[in-house]
Amino acid sequence: MNPFLDYLLTAIPLGMTFLFGCTGEILTEKAGHLNLGIPGIMCMGGACGCLAVKLMHGTNISPVLIVIIALLAAFAGGVLMGMIYSFLTVTLKANQNVTGLAMTTFGVGTTKFIMSGMAKNAMQYLYALRYFRFPFAEQTSSVKYCGFMVGLAIIIALVASYILTKTRVGLHLRAVGENPATADAVGINVSLYKYTATCIGSGIAALGGLFYIMDYAGSYEAYKSIEALGWLAVALVIFTLWRPHLSIIGSILFGMLYLAGSRIPTLLGIQLDISATPLLQMLPYVVTIIVLIVTSVRKKREHQPPASLGLPYFREER
Amino acid sequence: MKMSKTHTSELPFHVVKREPMPFWKSMGIRVAAVVIALLLCSILAVFMIKANPLEFLTTMVDGAFGSARRLWKFAKDSSVLLCISLAVTPAFRMRFWNIGAEGQTLIGALAAVGVAFYLGNTIPNALLLPLMLIAAIVVGAIWGGIPAIFKAKWGTNETLFTLMMNYVATGLVAYFLLLWTPSGSSVLGALSVGHLPILVHEYFLLIVIVLALTALAYIYLQYTKQGYEISVVGESENTARYIGINVEKVLIRTMLISGAICGVAGFLIVGALDHSVTTTTVGGLGFTAIMVSWLAKFNPLFMIGTSAFITFLQQGSAQITTNFNIDSAFPDMVIGIVLFFIIGCEFFIGYQLKFRESTKKGEKVE
Repeated sequence: MNPFLDYLLTAIPLGMTFLFGCTGEILTEKAGHLNLGIPGIMCMGGACGCLAVKLMHGTNISPVLIVIIALLAAFAGGVLMGMIYSFLTVTLKANQNVTGLAMTTFGVGTTKFIMSGMAKNAMQYLYALRYFRFPFAEQTSSVKYCGFMVGLAIIIALVASYILTKTRVGLHLRAVGENPATADAVGINVSLYKYTATCIGSGIAALGGLFYIMDYAGSYEAYKSIEALGWLAVALVIFTLWRPHLSIIGSILFGMLYLAGSRIPTLLGIQLDISATPLLQMLPYVVTIIVLIVTSVRKKREHQPPASLGLPYFREER
Repeated sequence: MKMSKTHTSELPFHVVKREPMPFWKSMGIRVAAVVIALLLCSILAVFMIKANPLEFLTTMVDGAFGSARRLWKFAKDSSVLLCISLAVTPAFRMRFWNIGAEGQTLIGALAAVGVAFYLGNTIPNALLLPLMLIAAIVVGAIWGGIPAIFKAKWGTNETLFTLMMNYVATGLVAYFLLLWTPSGSSVLGALSVGHLPILVHEYFLLIVIVLALTALAYIYLQYTKQGYEISVVGESENTARYIGINVEKVLIRTMLISGAICGVAGFLIVGALDHSVTTTTVGGLGFTAIMVSWLAKFNPLFMIGTSAFITFLQQGSAQITTNFNIDSAFPDMVIGIVLFFIIGCEFFIGYQLKFRESTKKGEKVE
């Protein structure tokens, strides 16, 4: 197979991990909340999904149902984390950065605990894994990596994009994120929008963790690298300027950048010194910094973050 | 009439800001939150590891303070955490969300190791140590200064910028490790040079240095003109501009200081503890430091207490993992839960709930 195509087809499914997290974070940020708990939430999603599969192992539930239940469990785990986050930041008006970082500490720790304790034994998950992929999984081409969740990620991103830009709900949500006081004045239930967006966003992000463990990596050890991927998902939000449909392309690009360290040298047929690998692995972060700088220097209004991002809203304080 | 109808459809209470409450009362609320959180953790422990709650708490205390060795380790870990917390504090006081302490410390450690690696056997230790310190401070300050310059000039989002810089620092460490280890193993053995002298105890000097830094930071923030400028910028940028403070200058200067103290922390980790560097040398302390600083309301003196508290949680629950033979992730869970409760309890210090009954009575009077 063409090495570039192979590279691309490996980058796409990896990118979908970012895409789940990114779409979730965009919804949250559009409601004016910078959720730095996304890495922890993604971990929790993976852990909850694995736990569900583990509990069902050995019973004669149909494989398709197991997959659906695993997805629901991951989503529910994310929503639960989102509930904690929004209760603290929306209702109790806590500092979003601190809350988010505490969420990540808690999520990563709990995931480790679940994965190494209650949900040990890797082989049991591979049982359900096959059903995450297309029927032509046995073929030895890179397409084998593309399970149905790749499609799901893209569909969710497109739906989120549609809702944000074309519907009344999306308009209200953006209003809440730009200026909650004004949104409140025209009768929008600010807290409800913030809660819903954060919880659904967290649920979507959680699917990313499940996808990474059970489909892309296909090993139970994989939970260890989700945290770093989660931060990249947060970075991707800026990279794609808060637009879910752009983040589809952005996530694939990030996937390619993430793999550049191992793929570029073989692609170009050159022998790079081994010490260059970590430098290539820095690429996604450096690119994000550059985008961050360029957008802030250009100051185009439609490229800016939601105006009230990170600020708590208290009705009596305007 | 219409008004009262809409009111009844809402929650039975509404939230109002509270008058600032006395210190002992707010501390009481925080202590209560910690106690409730620890009770919850011990109940969790009953289910997960089948330990009784009393055993849970005594094991935690034993793990942190049980022996002289544990006490020293406790003091050492709190000091390192305290040092990084001191570093992030000046920036937080002006509402600059520097979550890049992890990277700034790591790059400082890398610089210190680099100096020792290249100059190690050519110059005496007495000259090498100051050089290592200077290198760590300069590189740490650069790492902190870059996002500040962009923030000051163009308003670039500092939270995400500093976050990304962490990973660039990690990448650089990985790069240099490959460069310095000819076998490509990336494991740099402990350096034989550039050790801080040992007084009284292995960790004694480190602890003293950090405590001295704490006092300096307190004086700087509380009693100097620059510290005052930081507070004004944090309260309101517009006010600061109005009274003639150069906000951009304060921003960059403060972040240079922030990064420099991170560099000191990196130097101390290398010079007094690890004598080497890996990509996980800082191990998340840069993020924990944010909590420590925030819990202490950005006051360096309170930070001695909060960093000790977080270290107690970490070390105490680590003891539980060894005693009950469970996974080492348990401390993170405990800290997470305790933090949720402390973060949540701040609400009850700043706000109060007013029940609607009182407003109904008011309407009747009218």
